[in-house]
Amino acid sequence: MTAISCKSVTVSFDGFEVLNGVDLDVPSGGWVTVVGPNGAGKSTLLRAIAGTLAAGGEILLDDRPIRSLARRERARLVAFVPQEPVIPTGMRVLDYVLLGRISHLGFFEIEGRDDVEVAMSALRDLDAVQLADRTADTLSGGERQRAVIARALAQESPVLLLDEPTTALDIGHQQEVLDLIDGLRSERNLTVLATMHDLTLAGQYAGLLVMLHDGVVAACGPASEVLTGETVSRYYGVRARVIDDEAGPIVVPVRRQC
Amino acid sequence: MSLGPARLRVWWLASGGLAVLAASLAGLVLGPADLGLGEVLAEMANRLPLVEVDSGLGERQQAIIWEIRLPRVVLGLLVGAMLATAGGAYQGVFRNPLADPYLLGVAAGAGFGVTLAIVSGAGDGVGILDPVPLSAFAGALAAVTLTYLVGATGSRLDPVTSLVLSGVAVASFFTALQTFIQQRESETIRQVYFFVLGQLRTAGWNDVALLAPYTGVCLTVILLVRHRLDALGVGDEEAGSLGLDVKRMRLTTVVAASLGTAAAVSVSGLIGFVGIIVPHTVRLLFGTSYRVILPLTVLFGGAFLVLADIVARLVVQPAELPIGVVTAFLGAPFFVLVLRMARRTR
Repeated sequence: MTAISCKSVTVSFDGFEVLNGVDLDVPSGGWVTVVGPNGAGKSTLLRAIAGTLAAGGEILLDDRPIRSLARRERARLVAFVPQEPVIPTGMRVLDYVLLGRISHLGFFEIEGRDDVEVAMSALRDLDAVQLADRTADTLSGGERQRAVIARALAQESPVLLLDEPTTALDIGHQQEVLDLIDGLRSERNLTVLATMHDLTLAGQYAGLLVMLHDGVVAACGPASEVLTGETVSRYYGVRARVIDDEAGPIVVPVRRQC
Repeated sequence: MSLGPARLRVWWLASGGLAVLAASLAGLVLGPADLGLGEVLAEMANRLPLVEVDSGLGERQQAIIWEIRLPRVVLGLLVGAMLATAGGAYQGVFRNPLADPYLLGVAAGAGFGVTLAIVSGAGDGVGILDPVPLSAFAGALAAVTLTYLVGATGSRLDPVTSLVLSGVAVASFFTALQTFIQQRESETIRQVYFFVLGQLRTAGWNDVALLAPYTGVCLTVILLVRHRLDALGVGDEEAGSLGLDVKRMRLTTVVAASLGTAAAVSVSGLIGFVGIIVPHTVRLLFGTSYRVILPLTVLFGGAFLVLADIVARLVVQPAELPIGVVTAFLGAPFFVLVLRMARRTR
């Protein structure tokens, strides 16, 4: 089954085409990571799938065109973790995670006990219950990221979109967060579509890698096929060595000789 | 661990209720005519069903309580609650701690409306037939509508910035119109000036009856949407991805806050700073969730304005200070404090 299906998706800003006809299928329960240089259109693709950007072509969620979905219905199908989430100053983590319940509530409805339980269970799954009563601006980078992912989990949507989920984290926390997400994916049967800059990590966690370049899919397949010295140097304009390792390809940039 | 969403605590509400009660009693007792607290309480109790108490007050003193001071206290409660809550709501929808209820041009529009009414010779009618509040109301609504039409359509800026900037433009435009007319009819300046400084008009129960329905409806709407107001804090795009209809949310809140403000301004003139002082004080004392801030702002806003009105009535007896002078005198230093704190937390 396909959780997300993109057919000839286009997005343009001020007449400049950022996505130029993207075709992409994300299998249900799978983990697909979109990689590509800055400006390739990775975040734009995620925002289009989250429905926060108007896009041409067709995007299907659970085989239903997102255009036909009401806002709340869409939010119950797909949860979005943006690259730079805004956490309002002074807001408690539990209240922040409860924002994930909006799509399950009427316009004037207040969260009930069930909603609090869903939020707490999201925090529990992320080993972050102890953060519930803290205000969000006291959190470290890693704790913040957990709070944001907990909010996405509280939406109880089967698809999770993660835009650069590890950018602000050190390598220990990067691994920790990605392991957590992978665990949740199998536990909760989630579909994950992420964007990442770290090619080595991207290759280790994704079942499928998609290389986006100039707004189109330049390569798509398992990490071992997409992350070759040739593709990496062609699309990133970088001199890099790709080392085959049992954990997946390891991409090491090599300094140019002067 | 048993935790729940941010919610109002009973004793917070009770303290707001107490503030309203204390301010109201002070408003009834204090004034040029000497009335004792016991007498006022007895007089109030006497009006309750099945209670008969002799307050010992003469007819004139009773009239002072029921026809002059009580309507003025109630008017102060309504205007204060409305302006403060509208300010708090604007701060939420515009994600701007310094937003006040006049942000979208209400004050300039009302000022223009009033100037037009006064210049054209109107101004001495009473209650529902008085053209001054009517034209203030019309001017205020015209300005906000214009701001919304200009700011919500066809701009490349994000909707919040676009609305705030068009508010600035519309307000300047109306202020320019007002100044132009005022300059040509300079003998009306004093009357217009009084309106600009704000005062709780003493037309008895008429103004209360005019304002109460607007305040009731607008405050109810704002209090109902307050549960979603916190979500706007994460920005329009994220709030939209969570399933919130951001446009509807903003429009509902802005319409309710602006309509209520226009109605309040039309009877009380331009009383500044209430919309900033009260919600920020409540925020400092009770937390940052609008679920908590807005209901308490209703209560403390009303109490604050009644107290400010007492000061306005007593300081330069037998004359009265415009209430806007009192709120600004307290508000200006407070405003600086809020600015400093906002800078520190950034």
